[in-house]
Amino acid sequence: MEDNKPQVIKITFDGIEVEVEPGTTIMQAARRIAEADSSQHHLVPPAMCYYEPLKGSGGKCRACLVKVAQGSAKDTRPMPKLVPSCITQVQDGMVVENVTNPAVLEERKGIVEFLLLNHPLDCPVCDQAGECHLQDFAFEHGSAKTRYEEERRTFEKQDIGPYVQLHMTRCILCYRCVYTADQITDKRVHGVLGRGDAAEIGTYIEKAIDNDFSGNVIDVCPVGALTDKTYRFKNRVWFSKPVDAHCQCDKCSGRVTLWYRGEEVIRVTARKNEWGEVKEFICNTCRFEKKKTSDWVIEGPTKVQRSSVISANKYRADVIKKPDFALKLAASQYKPIDDSRPYITDDQTIRELSIENNNKANQRSLAEKN
Amino acid sequence: MAIKILTEHSHIPGIETFDVYRKNGGYTALEKAIKTMSPEEVVEEAKKSGVRGRGGAGFPMGMKWGFLAKPEGVPRYLVCNADESEPGTFKDHYLMKTIPHLLIEGMIISSYALGANKSFIYVRGELMYVIQILEKAIAEATANGLLGNNILGSGYDLELVVQPGGGAYICGEETALLESLEGKRGNPRNKPPFPAVKGLYQSPTVVNNVESIANMAWIINHGGEAYASVGIGRSTGTKLISASGHIKKPGVYEIELGLSVEEFMNSDEYCGGIRDGHHLKALVAGGSSVPIIPAHLVYKTANGEDRLMSYESLSDGGFATGTMLGSGGFIVFDETACIVRNTWNFSRFYHHESCGQCSPCREGTGWMEKVLHRLEHGHGSMHDIDLLVDVAKKIEGNTICPLGDAAAWPVASAIRHFREEFEWHVSHPKEATLPGAVYKGAAVLA
Amino acid sequence: MTEIPTTSAFTPERLAKVKEIIARYPEGRQKSALLPVLHLAQEQWGWLSSEVMDQVAELLSIEPIEVYEVATFYTMFHLQPVGKHVIEYCRTGPCCLMGAEGVYDHLQARLGIKTGQTTPDGLFTLKEVECLAACGWGPVFQIREKYYMNLTNEKVDSILDELSK
Ligand SMILES: Cc1cc2nc3c(=O)[nH]c(=O)nc-3n(C[C@H](O)[C@H](O)[C@H](O)COP(=O)(O)O)c2cc1C
Ligand code: SF4
Ligand code: SF4
Ligand code: FES
Repeated sequence: MEDNKPQVIKITFDGIEVEVEPGTTIMQAARRIAEADSSQHHLVPPAMCYYEPLKGSGGKCRACLVKVAQGSAKDTRPMPKLVPSCITQVQDGMVVENVTNPAVLEERKGIVEFLLLNHPLDCPVCDQAGECHLQDFAFEHGSAKTRYEEERRTFEKQDIGPYVQLHMTRCILCYRCVYTADQITDKRVHGVLGRGDAAEIGTYIEKAIDNDFSGNVIDVCPVGALTDKTYRFKNRVWFSKPVDAHCQCDKCSGRVTLWYRGEEVIRVTARKNEWGEVKEFICNTCRFEKKKTSDWVIEGPTKVQRSSVISANKYRADVIKKPDFALKLAASQYKPIDDSRPYITDDQTIRELSIENNNKANQRSLAEKN
Repeated sequence: MAIKILTEHSHIPGIETFDVYRKNGGYTALEKAIKTMSPEEVVEEAKKSGVRGRGGAGFPMGMKWGFLAKPEGVPRYLVCNADESEPGTFKDHYLMKTIPHLLIEGMIISSYALGANKSFIYVRGELMYVIQILEKAIAEATANGLLGNNILGSGYDLELVVQPGGGAYICGEETALLESLEGKRGNPRNKPPFPAVKGLYQSPTVVNNVESIANMAWIINHGGEAYASVGIGRSTGTKLISASGHIKKPGVYEIELGLSVEEFMNSDEYCGGIRDGHHLKALVAGGSSVPIIPAHLVYKTANGEDRLMSYESLSDGGFATGTMLGSGGFIVFDETACIVRNTWNFSRFYHHESCGQCSPCREGTGWMEKVLHRLEHGHGSMHDIDLLVDVAKKIEGNTICPLGDAAAWPVASAIRHFREEFEWHVSHPKEATLPGAVYKGAAVLA
Repeated sequence: MTEIPTTSAFTPERLAKVKEIIARYPEGRQKSALLPVLHLAQEQWGWLSSEVMDQVAELLSIEPIEVYEVATFYTMFHLQPVGKHVIEYCRTGPCCLMGAEGVYDHLQARLGIKTGQTTPDGLFTLKEVECLAACGWGPVFQIREKYYMNLTNEKVDSILDELSK
């Protein structure tokens, strides 16, 4: 380290001064502010793709864009574009505007709209409801209505292994599960296929591979795209009670959250911090095979966080199907838009028509699930 | 005769072979550089030449070379960007197939300047026949001692690898290209770090366009200052322009920067004018990504000055009344062209080519395409036009790589200059959807 | 259509070529060979089945999912069986200005198939692609390495006649 580099860096975030170490990102700096003073929680930029424990994550969803009004003490010019706070490192004397800048909030509204374009609005039947980051994000930053009236992208539900269901239609392509599969498990069988808005999560496995940590992909998913098949419809998150517990485990820390309904452990998840992130990933044995209270030493009730915990699941690789490439091809190739509709001049009518169609489609998908 | 820096010999039969290229003065620049100049001196000439990146962004090449990090014991790479996939651009294709040794010579000189011992030419996979031409040229150069170990007895070693792409416009973006070269999906990287610090295999890397690098032979032979004396102002040298659309003579032309747009369009040496019996309606001057401009802004800027083929003049007036030189994809539209249809076509392209990593581009490009399709097919509403402007605005500047901007600009500029034509599609859906129907109200130049 | 079993192995010549390609990259960077090797595989089998991709993964010592991720990203790779000649037709703006849409209609009518389909005799598959970097020479399509440029209806007819022989 060169001597002339400051050991602490001072930045101003939404008018609040904070000192952080060199190498800290704007997002981390904002989180430090909120950790010191919980009344400032609302200042922290939302993160839909960034996940601090996962190397390389972030920069994709653009939910966390902020304005850098002053680059540094040395170079006081503002940065020309909004920057992703999750991957932009602070400079000494940087001045950042988040909720204090209306332009940032306006762009963020746009990001909500983009993320919801192809997202089915099926929250009432989604397991993730109540602990979905997209739901929170849309609620806190979105506008009440969408201007999108085209057809939504849809995928069939897919079982990946006996315990996990992939509901690709809900996926926001944050890549967190891919980084998890890459960094936490020893052989990656999980990735992104296709490109653009036809991209999707896919899996591959040839033979049984002992992927001790594969269950963690479910914990990192910000939406209800990767969910626990055995847990579905058993419960809604707000009916269950989280309790911190630990056990002796030779594979992982054994430090978990148990989710109780009455006397029954209905799922086991890793523990999440107040940013909804798992710091200690847990093994599949702890997650899937220790469902009795007697397996655990109970520590006490989990402090309920702003964004609570995602369903715990099982994600066994040994029975995963190979992707069907013919299907993939159909999805990735440009689908000509149906042009057989009659010409309509009255724009009011077409608007109503398409809204009606959307509603119908939503109702159909709801009906299917119930 | 106008000066030709790249294409002077391109019409000589057999110029694609080593012998003919050599007979016409080929590889003398390489000899000069390797035998009489230090790598720093070569970089210096590139800086003096003022040559700007010909891939689209126009960043000065010598300056870029100067940024290359040089940590001890870490290899450095030069990667030539021959992914050429921007609609309207086909000059690299032309250059590589006609005079491949010019690129090879430029690559050796540039690699020597940067201290790279392994360099890559990443060619879009569709151009497999061009890849074969380049591989043959490399084999010839190697057989003649100009590639491989101890080039011309200098002790300098270089291996040149031609890498095929797999069909993805986004791999023209330099960090996506590097990912692709590493055998991955072409997802652009977040910057910083920039390739000059962490590029290919996390090593310092320079990425330059085919045409940028091909200039090096002339620059070494004649000196950077001589190159800088060609062209106009900060637009030094010549530029290959890919001309297409409704002109008499589509093709690739080398022009001295600063030539007037009017002369380029109408002179028999170049485009030869608009097709007989037709009139200029609009121009995309630098490849599909740059703003489209209407006829009255083509030959004159908004201030009434002559519009020139240069970085500065084409962008004069900013987005309101200007455009950009970009990669030099000169697409000409006469009055038979439907701007709405073309805008939809371009937006379909960007939707198809978005890598899908970041949400504004992944979702926004598809949205724009669908709305434009609706408008073009007579199902649009007046709100849709404003909606498009807003969606384009929400994409622009908010994405990981400039593909988002490239998708937004054509839409925003088409509506800015041809709004009436969009409105006509809404108000006259039946007429607008007849085969070959075009809005008649747009101003054209006789 | 000549069906080559997708479980068959790379030919010895191509295996040697694969080794040669891998050697182009620095030690440990053999994944860089993925795109060229996939092209080689497609040359042998005509398309990329998951079995073929698994073979490629093994040759390059990478996980199969890494091959799938890449093969599905790039548009040149056929992920299902195709006809003997795959006609890749440019549909982008500049070609359309040169009348590509009309010529394309003719091509489809002449073959009796639409984009993405293969003729019943297995001779031709039609694929729409984006800009092929030949805008001034449009309309254009390519079949394997070969570019066919300045297309007209008549030219299309004679090309198809030639290839149907
Ligand atoms: C979406 C996109 C596509 C691009 N395609 C190309 C291309 O095909 N060829 C090219 O040379 N540069 C292309 N570029 C620009 C490169 O990122 C890069 O700036 C260029 O290769 C640098 O070389 P130069 O400085 O010599 O122009 C593209 C950029 C973007 C954002
Ligand atoms: S499945 Fe979930 S974690 Fe994976 S990319 Fe989609 S939203 Fe992200
Ligand atoms: S702007 Fe588009 S192409 Fe570029 S990284 Fe984002 S999604 Fe990919
Ligand atoms: S959280 Fe920063 S871009 Fe997604």
